Amino acid sequence: MIKQWDTTEKALVVSLPVLIIVGLLVPDWIQFFLQVSMASGLVALGVMIQARAGLVSFGQGLYFCIGGYAAGMAGHFWGISDAFVLLLLGVIVTLVIATLLGFLMSRYREIFFAMLSLALSMILYGILVKAEVLGSTDGFNLPRTTFFGWKPEGDAWNTATFIFTCVPTIVIAVLLNRYLRSPMGYIGEAIRENEIRLEYLGTSVKRAVHIKYVIAATVSGAGGVLAAIAVGHVDPEMTYWTTSGQFVFIVLLSGTGNIVAPLIGTFLLEILRIYAVEFSPNTWQMILGTVMLLIILFLPKGLWSLINYYKEKRKS
Amino acid sequence: MLTAVAIILDGLSFSAWLFLASAGLTLIYGVMRILNIAHGGFYAFGAYTSAMFVGWYSTTDGHPALVYLFIFLAALVVGISLGLLIERGFLRFMYKSDEVLMVLVTYAMFLILEDATKLIWGVDPYFAFEPYAYLGLVEIFGLPYQIYDLALIALAVICGFLLWWGMNKTRTGKLLLVVIEDREISSGLGINVAFIFTITFIIGATLAALGGAVTAPKISVNPGLGVEVIVMAFAVVVIGGLGSIGGAMLGSIIVGFARAASVHLLPEVELFAIYGVMALVLAIKPYGLFAQVEGRKI
Repeated sequence: MIKQWDTTEKALVVSLPVLIIVGLLVPDWIQFFLQVSMASGLVALGVMIQARAGLVSFGQGLYFCIGGYAAGMAGHFWGISDAFVLLLLGVIVTLVIATLLGFLMSRYREIFFAMLSLALSMILYGILVKAEVLGSTDGFNLPRTTFFGWKPEGDAWNTATFIFTCVPTIVIAVLLNRYLRSPMGYIGEAIRENEIRLEYLGTSVKRAVHIKYVIAATVSGAGGVLAAIAVGHVDPEMTYWTTSGQFVFIVLLSGTGNIVAPLIGTFLLEILRIYAVEFSPNTWQMILGTVMLLIILFLPKGLWSLINYYKEKRKS
Repeated sequence: MLTAVAIILDGLSFSAWLFLASAGLTLIYGVMRILNIAHGGFYAFGAYTSAMFVGWYSTTDGHPALVYLFIFLAALVVGISLGLLIERGFLRFMYKSDEVLMVLVTYAMFLILEDATKLIWGVDPYFAFEPYAYLGLVEIFGLPYQIYDLALIALAVICGFLLWWGMNKTRTGKLLLVVIEDREISSGLGINVAFIFTITFIIGATLAALGGAVTAPKISVNPGLGVEVIVMAFAVVVIGGLGSIGGAMLGSIIVGFARAASVHLLPEVELFAIYGVMALVLAIKPYGLFAQVEGRKI
């Protein structure tokens, strides 16, 4: 286990109180916006840690949706409204499902991995759209969340859920950073470079991929729960291919250089989306696609690589 | 008995549709090693263009049978123009990048194409049922069946035959097989690989557009019909083995009949039937039935 805290982790810990204070000072809609970006930022983190191993998940929305629906169904059908229980439940459900599907997925790499993850997420979409008990395409609402029996109203509820989103997000980001710095995390990068050599060194690549897949899924599931709590509503759109595509887009845009990058990337994308949708609602995907092509062509390592580039430049 | 006939006929017609929708995908992958997600975009463009052409034609007082020409025309127009534009305009600059990155590139193009259909044709559905209704019904073992659907089965068989004939009996086709075998050596032997790539991409795009064009009369043409196709076509192609035309044929027959059987016997599990078959095949043969063994680099 690594004992030292690196710069990113320190920055994340410091940013937690700052984030909460800023969140409380800004107008409600920005606060909501921050909250939603953090929730979907977690899914982007899930895509990112897989991208470190060269695995592109085109269907991360699957776990975003499973987490959201697990929390939603527990709230809707069993009347569980405690945020902590919902989060735990969502995480456990995604953990179990991802562990099972991981046996299939860990056999594949590259395009097979990408397309099978897409297929899995679209299967869930197909099932949810047909399920009338779950409101088909409209989805359903969650009861207002409570915190250990405390039932805040109005502004207090907004603040409480906001803080409830900030803390897990930062904790997960720190833990993921730890994971990426651990031997298991470095194996991920080695997988991308050369699997066979890794096997010669005595590691099970399949197991490493399986673990990575489950971690990514669980984090995304937590993101799904937090998003469901923030919005108070879940619908099948969460597992639609465009949603998953946006997470891939975020990772492509921000790069895999640092754990903070996808979180900031999500926030930027959400801002961009608000204006783009207002400006011309039918060209949003076109903008996404065009930016994606430009990034692939001119900035293959994402925006974060610019920071490293300037650091190097200053050194020399 | 009636159900059995229905399952067989529907199975054949699903298979035909699946083959038309997936043949181009597997062809492009086989030759160029590009999993072309924009395939779904070509399909959607084909469907819209065909619906538009049929709409135009039915306002004139031409002979109703000629409308089928316009469906093929739509596929050709879309396939050649979009295929040329994307292959010559973008993809050829990126052939050196790896397969996953190419998936992202074609995915980005798919996003652009999706919105392009919305910008060109709007978000309201298009209907072009005239060619479907014109052929009427025929009774097969007591089951009335659309002749149009039977014609699609014939079309899929013809396309499959033409692909086989083109690849095995023509000069360009033989060169294509050589390029599939080894790109570098064939280029060293003096084969114009860039030209082969362009041809392949156009044929693949035209096949996708044709799939959309012939399906348009059967459905209401809506935004978002491309993605369903790409996911379904991928399932088919994976069952057969990526890059194998024969595999795509077998895959579409398996998936087509699985879907038809589940639609008639257990409609709730329709989606499961398709992907269940896929999961079963992959559990036994991880890279599909006709996949070729590939060496791993050390």
